[in-house]
Amino acid sequence: MIEKALTGNKVYWSWVALLVALIILGIYSYSQQLTYGLTVTGMGRDVSWGVYIAQFTFLVGVAASAVMVVLPYYLHDYKEFGKIVIIGEFLAVSAATICLLFIIADMGHPDRVFYVLLYPHPNSMVFWDVQVLNGYLLINIVSGWTVLEAERKGISPPNWVKPIIYLSIVWAVSIHTVTAFLYAGTPGRHLWLTAVLAPRFLASAFAVGPSLLILISFILRKFADFDVGDKAIRKLATIATYAAIANFFFVGAEFFTAFYSNIPGHKHSLQYLFFGLDGKYQLVPWMWFSMIVGIASVLIMLYQQRKPSQKLLIAACSGIVVSLWIDKGIGLIIGGFVPSPMEEVVEYFPTFIEITVTLGIWAIGLLILTALLKVAVAVKKAA
Amino acid sequence: MIENRRKFLKKSAGVLAGAGVVSGFISKYSTGFATASTEKPVAEKGIRWGMVIDMRKCVDGCVKCIDVCHVTHNVPEFDNPKDEIKWIWKSDYAKVFPSKSQQFVSAETKQKPFLTMCNHCADPPCVMACPTGATFKRKDGIVEMDFHRCIGCRFCMAACPYGSRSFNWRDPRPAIEDITQEYPTREKGVVEKCNFCSERLAKGQQPACVEACPEKVLTFGNLYDKKTEIRQILKDNPTIQRKPELGTNPSVFYIT
Repeated sequence: MIEKALTGNKVYWSWVALLVALIILGIYSYSQQLTYGLTVTGMGRDVSWGVYIAQFTFLVGVAASAVMVVLPYYLHDYKEFGKIVIIGEFLAVSAATICLLFIIADMGHPDRVFYVLLYPHPNSMVFWDVQVLNGYLLINIVSGWTVLEAERKGISPPNWVKPIIYLSIVWAVSIHTVTAFLYAGTPGRHLWLTAVLAPRFLASAFAVGPSLLILISFILRKFADFDVGDKAIRKLATIATYAAIANFFFVGAEFFTAFYSNIPGHKHSLQYLFFGLDGKYQLVPWMWFSMIVGIASVLIMLYQQRKPSQKLLIAACSGIVVSLWIDKGIGLIIGGFVPSPMEEVVEYFPTFIEITVTLGIWAIGLLILTALLKVAVAVKKAA
Repeated sequence: MIENRRKFLKKSAGVLAGAGVVSGFISKYSTGFATASTEKPVAEKGIRWGMVIDMRKCVDGCVKCIDVCHVTHNVPEFDNPKDEIKWIWKSDYAKVFPSKSQQFVSAETKQKPFLTMCNHCADPPCVMACPTGATFKRKDGIVEMDFHRCIGCRFCMAACPYGSRSFNWRDPRPAIEDITQEYPTREKGVVEKCNFCSERLAKGQQPACVEACPEKVLTFGNLYDKKTEIRQILKDNPTIQRKPELGTNPSVFYIT
């Protein structure tokens, strides 16, 4: 089947060329990082994780969100998702792959990555995260590919794949829960030490994933002449809307607990992120932009459900993705380190090398997604 | 009928077994204390190395303990605070004890330089977080690092509530003035911190900082031995630990 990714028109190949160029730039930057160490990044003694781990966190959510199409289609027999379910699974495959790449990019000793399996320590949440992420990647490759292969041959998928698909539903929830537990179990970081973190992660993931799927559907409609169907898109929009509402509800709950209880430690990180702390307010414009765009997008989503409009839907979905990317892909991780355990406010600025490595990894993910979707669309159209 | 009864018995046995497991967990996680104290009862057996820092005796501007530690352990000197590596250092009282009362105290008290280092917690969050066992707690209570096992994921740094851990963001060797042969240098990409001079303890020596201090600010000893000097000091003086409310049980105590 894979040969279907090797044929395409000019637009397809220009897109692939752009991604390859970004990947090459990323590889060059990564070679610099390998030579000189992580000092080439903006991370330091106080803010010891940066964009790499933040992207990882955001993308685990994207990977997990495949469950929002798999569950209605396979468990509730919601036929309208027949064309989009494979797109969701392949989105999960590419997102899970680059999650692993972001972890490796962040490691001081990437050559020792297999120590995690060689010297397993189940006390550590990292151990579990590596297990569930790799497992999820495998599950989605196997189930997505097998079902597609069957469709190409015009036969029904083999029976053994059904349990794997059902497993993927539970597994999806587990990957984002474990990822939240990486943070929610650290005793000294108030922004993370909250039981609402895992539910909030899931809510934001289930808002971002379906929004991305809607955007991808429109792209496929325009460039690949492939239509997943209006009904599927509208259902996804509903899922994204309510998940986004749940997310902002959780954010509000965080604010209430921190500011009503008035405990300084609980307030500090939120103060830094949204109002500035100790005269430092680098992320304040980002966070308000995220908040305003996010809530506005939810309102547009609700409005366009009464008066359907493709333009508004695209705007709202993009808004949700951008808003929650800032929230999770920037604010949550960096905010967790500010102030430091010594109550110092140290700011973090990603470097050019760090940004190009990040773009390179995203490009790898997009390239995988492009190739997989090319295959899926070709098979679906022939069927 | 008999069939049904058998089923019922099976089910109730399952429920009872489950309840047994749960109650086992409950007894494991309950402290046995009537009050909700942060302190955990410990069986004082064997060795638990600890330190008392008497800040009444510590002289402002004196950095003898810091210098000797950093020379002994080949700790590099970087100008950029981002790359900094610290095993023992001085920071303001208000930063070392952010949750202690700061009201109505003078600026001098708030900014009084306090010595700080790894607390060698009895319940170390860094050890919980480490995915490979590169950081581990020894039988004598020392939280130790295996530089060859560390993958540089920096989870321990996120988990440590005291900011006691440093990462080698770059190759440390060019930034060490005189390399000491008695202790290994590190390479880029691994985490390091104070080790209570475990290499010196093995030879029967006191930690380098304790030995170097002319004012006898630092007292080192076995916290589980009631006859030691450190236990006498802990008995006779009011002492505080950093963030005891987190349940990490630090082995470093302060007299303020």
